[in-house]
Amino acid sequence: MSTEQILSSDGLPLEVSLRKAERKNKLKALFLVGPLFLFLIITYVFPIGDMLFRSIDDRKITKMLPNTFTAIEKWDGQNLPGEPVYAALYEDLAYLKKTKTYGKIIARLNYEKGGFSSLIKKTVRKLGKFEDGNYKEQFINVHKRWGQPEYLVALKNAAPNWTYAKYLKGVDLKFDQNGDIVQQPEDRRIHKILWLRTLKVAFWVTIFCFILAYPISYLLATLPMKYSNLLMICVLLPFWTSLLVRTSSWMVLLQQQGPINDLIVMLGLAANDNRPELMYNVIGTFVAMTQILLPFMVLPLYSVMKTISPSLMRAGKSLGGTPFVAFRKIYFPLTVPGIGAGSLLVFILAIGYYITPALVGGASGSLISNTIAYHMKSSLDWSFAAALGTMLLVGVLTIYWIYNKLVGIDNIKLG
Amino acid sequence: MSLPTYTAWNYRIWHYTYLTICGLVFFFLIAPLFIILPLSFNAEQYIHFSAKMLALDPEGFSLRWYEDMIYGTKNPWGLAAKNSIIIAFFATIGSTILGTVAALGLSSRHMPYKAAFMALLISPMIVPLIISGTAIFFFMAKVGLAATHTGIVLAHIILGTPFVVITVTATLTGFDHSVTRAAASLGSNPVNTFMKITLPLILPGVISGALFAFVTSFDEVVVVLFLAGLETTTIPIQMWVGLREQLSPTIMAVATCLIIMSTLILVSAELLRRRSERLRGINR
Repeated sequence: MSTEQILSSDGLPLEVSLRKAERKNKLKALFLVGPLFLFLIITYVFPIGDMLFRSIDDRKITKMLPNTFTAIEKWDGQNLPGEPVYAALYEDLAYLKKTKTYGKIIARLNYEKGGFSSLIKKTVRKLGKFEDGNYKEQFINVHKRWGQPEYLVALKNAAPNWTYAKYLKGVDLKFDQNGDIVQQPEDRRIHKILWLRTLKVAFWVTIFCFILAYPISYLLATLPMKYSNLLMICVLLPFWTSLLVRTSSWMVLLQQQGPINDLIVMLGLAANDNRPELMYNVIGTFVAMTQILLPFMVLPLYSVMKTISPSLMRAGKSLGGTPFVAFRKIYFPLTVPGIGAGSLLVFILAIGYYITPALVGGASGSLISNTIAYHMKSSLDWSFAAALGTMLLVGVLTIYWIYNKLVGIDNIKLG
Repeated sequence: MSLPTYTAWNYRIWHYTYLTICGLVFFFLIAPLFIILPLSFNAEQYIHFSAKMLALDPEGFSLRWYEDMIYGTKNPWGLAAKNSIIIAFFATIGSTILGTVAALGLSSRHMPYKAAFMALLISPMIVPLIISGTAIFFFMAKVGLAATHTGIVLAHIILGTPFVVITVTATLTGFDHSVTRAAASLGSNPVNTFMKITLPLILPGVISGALFAFVTSFDEVVVVLFLAGLETTTIPIQMWVGLREQLSPTIMAVATCLIIMSTLILVSAELLRRRSERLRGINR
């Protein structure tokens, strides 16, 4: 058999020519995706990476106390350190005093151990009277805390460039004086409750969305087009309406003098002067979020149910199954992909919800996003906000990954 | 849905119970929106129905809150509306162009690592807004674009593109690529082919993606909360501020306008979807 090569018109072997064309097409596709990809890398992926970096970055204080941290590294943390540490501390503090920047280290050290604020302020004030040599004694004379090893241990603990202390704080843990991980004091354990509440609300919102969405999706999928199009508006209009408008309508409904409370009083379930609080607690968050996220459950369920042939149910019934059995054994299993898609979508959206809990949730109905916003805007502990954000992000991306495996991103349907 | 005459009574009961449940769920979905409309015409300064309103007395209704919205002293809505429209306009253009071009690449048979690219390009829609807001704020502050229109437009392009990518790739799945090959064989260059053949066919998908991008930008509040300054306030920001202080009838008036707007957008999106399905030969 002859193995004469087939040549394409430009004289190259066909195989080479095809591969070349294939590569050209591949590059063309990449070239089209390129602009958006680069745009997102620069303005989105990189900033998120930067946020992660910020949550573990502790170099600011290292830059301000460079000599002290170098000297204290050699100390074993048992008895009081020797003269070199105090000499280095004097050098650093003198520089900070001269540049008037010592205020910045106070907050950071106070976070490590309370009491640093007055300690640093008093020391800096007296710094001018220090004489050369024998710094250890002079420091202890200024403030007796310089002679207590706990404070120097705290100083040593603040030395590393990178820290995961903010992550520990996010789950109510902290470093103690010996660098061991311990629980926060009882009255400061607030984040675990918050994480649990967020998960609980997201879970129940997902369950209730499913319970409410399943029957109406079935109705929408089985009704004749002209009726179902009309009913579809009930799903799509809230979907297209501003989130703030929908939240404000819940604020109107749930307020003390609002229609729902009027109804409760009219039905005699509560006295007029003792109207139940429906808003500014977890009930408000839960009810409003369920209604707002419901369309995200209906749409995937509907698009799956639309593809199920009604003859399958009929076949099941004709073979002797009751409608209930036919539904349970035939219809329901076929809708599982839709249930998965809808549930994951609703759960992902619910876990990061911010606006609705902030407006109708009050203190007891706020979720983890609200705490992140609080640390971003009010307490200005940005690295802690970044740490909480990173923890939330890891959770969401895990679910996103599962979603991608189970449903496929390209199967997301909109409207 | 009418039942056949031979249906047994227990199925009849079940059927009507089912329809009642569905009715209640639809009510739960749509009724909260309609509570806002009458309250925006309230003659009094309360957010509940006055006795006159319930008696349908014309004196119970007025347009004063709409007047307040438009002409009110120290009213922020004019500036907010201007900013919202400008920002949404440019964000829509940016998202639509970037998203459509990327969707064309993603739909190509030859695209390598399609799933990975798709997952990345869609991620701004999945990542909680508070995280996107935090990250984008740090970035914009670093490059000096915080509290500027440009910064907010860029942020909204990020948030809007996933919707365009999704709708346009969905339109392209039913796309018959032989028409572009036919155009190429007749000597048309790729740009010409796109403008004359591909774009007209996928236009409904592109426009509905653009609508999504517009609404995303116009309604977006979390990221703007971090980025906006006094001069770059938007309608959602003003609503947020108002709602945090107290419910006022003026906010109900603004909300009514927004509901009317979303109804118009919904209708156009639905019409476009049907046109797109007809163009791609999908009959249902």
